Amino acid sequence: MIWGVLQFPGSCDERDALHACSLLGEARLIWHEERDLGGADAVVVPGGFSYGDYLRAGAIARFSPAMEAVAEFAAAGGPVLGICNGFQVLCEAGLLPGALLRNEDLRFTCRQVELQVGHLNLPEETQVSALPGGTLSIPAKHGEGRYWAPEEMLDELEANGQVAYRYAPGHNPNGSARDIAGVRNKAGNVVGLMPHPEHAVDPLTGSTDGLRIFEAVAAAGAPA
Amino acid sequence: MARARVLIRPKEGILDPQGKAVERALPALGFEGVEHVRVGRMVELDAEDPERLSELCEKLLANPLIEDYEIQTL
Repeated sequence: MIWGVLQFPGSCDERDALHACSLLGEARLIWHEERDLGGADAVVVPGGFSYGDYLRAGAIARFSPAMEAVAEFAAAGGPVLGICNGFQVLCEAGLLPGALLRNEDLRFTCRQVELQVGHLNLPEETQVSALPGGTLSIPAKHGEGRYWAPEEMLDELEANGQVAYRYAPGHNPNGSARDIAGVRNKAGNVVGLMPHPEHAVDPLTGSTDGLRIFEAVAAAGAPA
Repeated sequence: MARARVLIRPKEGILDPQGKAVERALPALGFEGVEHVRVGRMVELDAEDPERLSELCEKLLANPLIEDYEIQTL
């Protein structure tokens, strides 16, 4: 399996994402000016501060040639994972519902959080809820991670099983609506979350739970 | 070229922690009686075709899901 990891000016987590992907297959960087995803089977839009977060986080990155290619890839059913700034980019691009606002307490948060996993269209054996305790331990670090959508949209997301990840009770670091940490699109092939699974793939950093999220993305994408 | 100013603010009902922080800081400085502070952005620009400004706002300057915008041609 070939993973493509986008790189914008201002990305800063693309190397860790590349490393995480390389544990599950072949991983390549895709520069934001590329219109060609290089035959990637799955795409990661990584964290950082694309284009300096000017205007709004993710607002400018969505117009890059690479993101145009990602939009087409996603429309064809290709699996896409947006992490942190990548989640913001996917929301701005309209590939995921909702928006990410300034943290409720205005502070940049940097801590390990516990995530509950929603329905992810996974084969039984990889269902993360089967893990002990049913939660994933993943670091979160962001200043604009408060998930927000109008109430009726939130109801719809819950009804459709589109809430992919939720902060466990007491772990919501930013005031996100209904403790939502990550959502997926209706088809299930595009997923975004604020916490950073790519920083939790090696026992050295305390948790390898992040790999489950990459595996889930690979499994959830229906090949075109 | 037409000079224009675009005012962008968080939609009514969306928590604006920046506005809240400013509001809370004011009494400490002796400014009593100020409430409902909202912090937004202002963009100034020259446009050849002012007719297209609202399209430009919808697509880039504002996120219509979370922000209201107001175009003032000068």
